[in-house]
Amino acid sequence: MSLRRPAKNQPETFEFSSSSLKEANKIVLKYPEGKQQSAVMALLYIAQKQNDNWIPLAAMKYIAKFLDMPYIKVYEVATFYTMYNLSPVGKYFVQVCTTTPCMIRGANKLVEACKEKISDKENELSNDKSCSWMEVECLGACVNAPMMQINDNYYEDLDKEKTIEIFDKILKGEDPKPGSYRGRLNTEPENNRKTLMDTKNA
Amino acid sequence: MLKDQDRIFKNLYNDMGADVKSAQTRGDWVNTSELIAKGRDWIINEVKDSQLRGRGGAGFPTGLKWSFAPKEVGSRPHYLVINADESEPGTCKDRDILRFEPHKLIEGCLIASYAVQAHACYIYIRGEYFIEGQKLQSAIDEAYEKNLIGKNAAGTGWDLDIYIHYGAGAYICGEETALLESIEGKKGQPRLKPPFPALIGLYGCPTIINNVETIAVVPTILRRGGKWFSSLGREKNTGTKIFCISGNVNNPCNVEEEMNIPLKELIEVHAGGVIGGWENLQAVIPGGSSMPLIPKEKCETLTMDFDSLMAEKSGLGTAGIVVINKDQDIIKCMARIARFYKHESCGQCTPCREGSGWMWRMLERMAKGEATKDEVDMLGDVTNQIAGHTICAFGEGSSWPVQGLLRHFKKEIEERNNLDPIVQKKNNIPYLVDQHLLDKKNA
Repeated sequence: MSLRRPAKNQPETFEFSSSSLKEANKIVLKYPEGKQQSAVMALLYIAQKQNDNWIPLAAMKYIAKFLDMPYIKVYEVATFYTMYNLSPVGKYFVQVCTTTPCMIRGANKLVEACKEKISDKENELSNDKSCSWMEVECLGACVNAPMMQINDNYYEDLDKEKTIEIFDKILKGEDPKPGSYRGRLNTEPENNRKTLMDTKNA
Repeated sequence: MLKDQDRIFKNLYNDMGADVKSAQTRGDWVNTSELIAKGRDWIINEVKDSQLRGRGGAGFPTGLKWSFAPKEVGSRPHYLVINADESEPGTCKDRDILRFEPHKLIEGCLIASYAVQAHACYIYIRGEYFIEGQKLQSAIDEAYEKNLIGKNAAGTGWDLDIYIHYGAGAYICGEETALLESIEGKKGQPRLKPPFPALIGLYGCPTIINNVETIAVVPTILRRGGKWFSSLGREKNTGTKIFCISGNVNNPCNVEEEMNIPLKELIEVHAGGVIGGWENLQAVIPGGSSMPLIPKEKCETLTMDFDSLMAEKSGLGTAGIVVINKDQDIIKCMARIARFYKHESCGQCTPCREGSGWMWRMLERMAKGEATKDEVDMLGDVTNQIAGHTICAFGEGSSWPVQGLLRHFKKEIEERNNLDPIVQKKNNIPYLVDQHLLDKKNA
């Protein structure tokens, strides 16, 4: 189990913005009548997006009222799932996969790059307060290992130099191009393709 | 090697684009209404004939699973749930289906929904696959626009709505009942079975849960016939499968191949061989991290299917092959997997919650050579205390890799950890509390 605690400094209030509210109302409609509790996960995402990528306790209370469910149930969900950030993270939130398939292809080099470029410790903001990083469990792009996720995008087939290049870009406020950084097409075997040759040449 | 025309996922590497038009040129959505007009029993029988087994890890026969859905819809509606919570280390096949072959999945959803009489289908995608989810959503929107799903979907007379539900980083939600809990807006902690979801599932209604790959191959099976599918592979292990080959190989890749393909062929032909040559191979994890590893000697002749791997006391699982060569420290690799399970345990059952942490800490020490001799057997004992003593299969999933390590690499662990806690020499150490242990007679 992972231990997760809400941040010490909490804002007093939280309210959905009008665009969030619209989105939230749309999501509630996805589920059968009376089962609006199902929308809690999606609503927490909306709150997280609205609130600079983390969820304050006030947002949980707000969502509990919004969905007419007990606050503790929202709290349970927010603390159970690891993708809900309970304390502030950087605008660029870097997650490096270090599970075995990535580990044996050199994920520790990516961690080194994070330590050099962003901050010494996990979950600590960089000097300019724009980035933070953490190690995460398998992100499900194992044939493109080692890889990392920055906000929603996957950056694949990395090594230390390329990771540092990416960090230089995000520290300047640019958005680097996601995908493979060795120039291969998605998950195909690089320079060794033996299947689906007709479509490749088409 | 499987012939290209027998491959189901022709756009696995996105050579052609994932939109509905190019999907139609690949044969999706061509005669869906004709297939459905042949009726529920024909569909289920054809899937049974194909001997398709679930691609999510357990390998349960899909046709049989569908036939568990109640024949008549009672007061409770039926649901179809697609498990796209792909989080098993070593596995990344569903990701490619979601982003490059979404229409195969959507069409499969329509056929499966019809077969189990569901009007609503939820696709549970892991939260990290946000981009993939967006791509699937745009494919769903496209399908709605073309009237392929929605009211009178694809002219079949069947109404179907498909919704995406995002997870949020919990591996355990890949377990089917935890997944249902998660859709219901609760913590993803597995339910006791029985009752099985086919009778009491999502919101207490009959629910059929299938993996993405399982559903995505169904339309092709129906078009080309169950006989065609079962002619590939071998008895009870039929058809094609997407293999993900990662780790220490020259060209890690996803590739669709026939079941029962030799492991050596997958590694040597498709993945460009082991880094440092075949001789440099140490072990292979054949089916995602929860399957016990297989040492090099057995990899020579091993074929990849459910039953032949079962005979090696491992399993095909999700067919995520992780190749580990001799440059890696195998104990460290397993310690990292144990850390994964420690992190992902949902905390509901004590043996798993506590035991997964024990296994991790013991393996970490063993990797450093700080453990004592008798801890090696103790570790085996811990795994046996977990496996089979939990609500869901996570207990087995977390302890099998450790058991595999102990089965095949016990020597390495023992060589590194030869500390003996009990001092053999009869030293008289006055301050030692366990002085009596030194005296063998009293011990």
